[in-house]
Amino acid sequence: MQSYWIYIGIFLVVAVAVPIIAVALPVLIAPNKPNRRKEEVYECGIETTGNIRVQFKSQYYIYTLIFLVFDIETVFLFPWAVSLGKLPLFAVIEGVIFIAILFGGLIYAMRKGALAWY
Amino acid sequence: MLLPALVFAFVSLVTLGAAIAVVTNKNILHSAYYLILTFVGVAAVYVMLQAPFIAVVQVLVYVGAIAILIIFAIMLTRRLMSKEMEQHNAQWVPSVVGALALFVVLAWIVYTAGWPVQEGTPPLDPISQLGQDLLTTYLVPFEIASVLLLAALVGAILIGHEKGMRREE
Amino acid sequence: MADLINLIEDWIANLLLGWGASEELTLFLLQTLGSVLVIIICFVIVIALIWVERKLAGRIQDRFGPNRAGPFGIFQSFADMIKIFTKEYVTPEGAEKGAFNIAPVLAMASVLAIWAVFPFAVNVIGADIHVGVLYIVAVGAFGILAILMAGWSSNNRYALLGASRSVAMLISYEIPMVVSLLVPVLLAGSTKLSVIVEAQQPWWFLLSAPTAALIYLISSMAEIGKAPFDLLEAESELVAGYHTEYSGMKFGMFYVAEFLHQYTVGALVTIFFLGGWGGPLAVRWPILGVVYFYGKSFLIYLMISWIRLSLPRIRIDEMLNLNWKFLIPVSFINLVAVASVDRILLDLALPIWIDVGVLFAVNLLILLAALYLAGKSKPALERKEFPPRPVAVPPGTER
Repeated sequence: MQSYWIYIGIFLVVAVAVPIIAVALPVLIAPNKPNRRKEEVYECGIETTGNIRVQFKSQYYIYTLIFLVFDIETVFLFPWAVSLGKLPLFAVIEGVIFIAILFGGLIYAMRKGALAWY
Repeated sequence: MLLPALVFAFVSLVTLGAAIAVVTNKNILHSAYYLILTFVGVAAVYVMLQAPFIAVVQVLVYVGAIAILIIFAIMLTRRLMSKEMEQHNAQWVPSVVGALALFVVLAWIVYTAGWPVQEGTPPLDPISQLGQDLLTTYLVPFEIASVLLLAALVGAILIGHEKGMRREE
Repeated sequence: MADLINLIEDWIANLLLGWGASEELTLFLLQTLGSVLVIIICFVIVIALIWVERKLAGRIQDRFGPNRAGPFGIFQSFADMIKIFTKEYVTPEGAEKGAFNIAPVLAMASVLAIWAVFPFAVNVIGADIHVGVLYIVAVGAFGILAILMAGWSSNNRYALLGASRSVAMLISYEIPMVVSLLVPVLLAGSTKLSVIVEAQQPWWFLLSAPTAALIYLISSMAEIGKAPFDLLEAESELVAGYHTEYSGMKFGMFYVAEFLHQYTVGALVTIFFLGGWGGPLAVRWPILGVVYFYGKSFLIYLMISWIRLSLPRIRIDEMLNLNWKFLIPVSFINLVAVASVDRILLDLALPIWIDVGVLFAVNLLILLAALYLAGKSKPALERKEFPPRPVAVPPGTER
């Protein structure tokens, strides 16, 4: 089994090296004339005004938190799904209880308005 | 025997170097990027320990969710976005001494403890074995994990809930 | 002659061993050769896919598409490639150099790395690791990180807004994607991709789990940012989203990564729901298995392009509502239903076509119930009724 991971290591090295070569090649053959007007930040053709870092909505953070909880839930569900064929029938109910508890959490989030994007 | 040792040395150097860069970098967003590198290094160590499930779960949960969470948290706090921040306060000498003492104690414990070595090979189908154990022997921790996740979810919503948010009827 | 791929592999191995290389070095060189070959095939396919997409877009929109660069415009992709290679890199002032340059490489590498675990034929698989399915999801997470890095390091607030909205959408749609992936894993009983493909051989999982296939297709279309979920690009809104400030080959990397990701989604749908390399005579002649695999992925690619060119873009709040309030509950209910029915059928030990039929009926039931309930819900934002506004008419014609 270790040789499979060695293959993945080699593949990752090649998968990172090929884009690096592709991105580095134009440095040799493309022109490079930096110019202050060219390097201005784009704002539909006018001068940039105001602070670059705008204030974020906190909704992004809440989405990421809820995503994290459900991500860990699916990680727990993978061993359950794989071994369902070898376990007694009661294992289905155990998994359903697991999913139902977190499904209740999702309903709570929906009712609280935490999933709305306003 | 040489090649695994070389690979392990390379991976641990990268991980430790990235970890040092996390705590010493002046720009907090760059610290977050080096933290991602640390997570990937730890996942590589898990692969070398023949625990592939834990390795991909590490990448999936830590890099895929927690790193994004950290970066969003940095972006939400405007005060942290200034490039230069104070790296240390006035009590840095006692803290370095304390950290070194802790390191010496931990290293002494690791080197002098008698770790029991078990003979055996990893199971042929690790995830199926893990699932069977999780649903028969360790069923109560499995269900309590879902309750724990529910508590985290409810806590996150309660803390992040703004006063002006509309509620669904 | 039948087992062409293994024949070539053995010939190269014997050649290297004859030159005096050790066992491990031979294996290492073969693996490097294999990975380089897969990646080169990916790039060649992308060049062809760009032409297909542009021609298809032209025909669906009642125009010709590229037809100047060579007969039927088939050299258009090469011309574009040469142009992008010779364009200048313009780095905006104040951009963070490290993250700005790493982001396109990371976006491309995360899509390429998925190809390491694909089963191309019966015994032709790169790395048949035990956790193949989870590996695919984990590597996709790096693409999301690349978008965030690109948007932040451009020092452009529109790129940052676009990148944040993209990341919020991408992580939201990752949940129904992973939950609907659990259904083929459940039906096959393993997370190894070769076992999943081999378990589909007479009856594809499209028949046993059509709802999961549909949810997976919709979530993947959101993940790759194709319409109707393409507000990542939103060419008329946010200029170009997170890759506004990129030029030359760095933009080219994002562009190629997007097309390759679309084809990779086709390959994933093929592996999980359409039987992978399966087809007539695929077991006896593995080279046919490779042809079937690439062909089926291309069909799904065409289907995604077709949907993209036919539907308008949906708004971000409608899209996130669709995800959290429809796709996630439906995918969980589907998983629970398929798990219980499959486990009960396993105990009853009926012939397999009865199993497939029962599962198909259960899936269809859930899909119809979900669509019916979704049709009865009210829209997210109430639209007020406005009085009719005065309309300007030419003088002399007003009533």
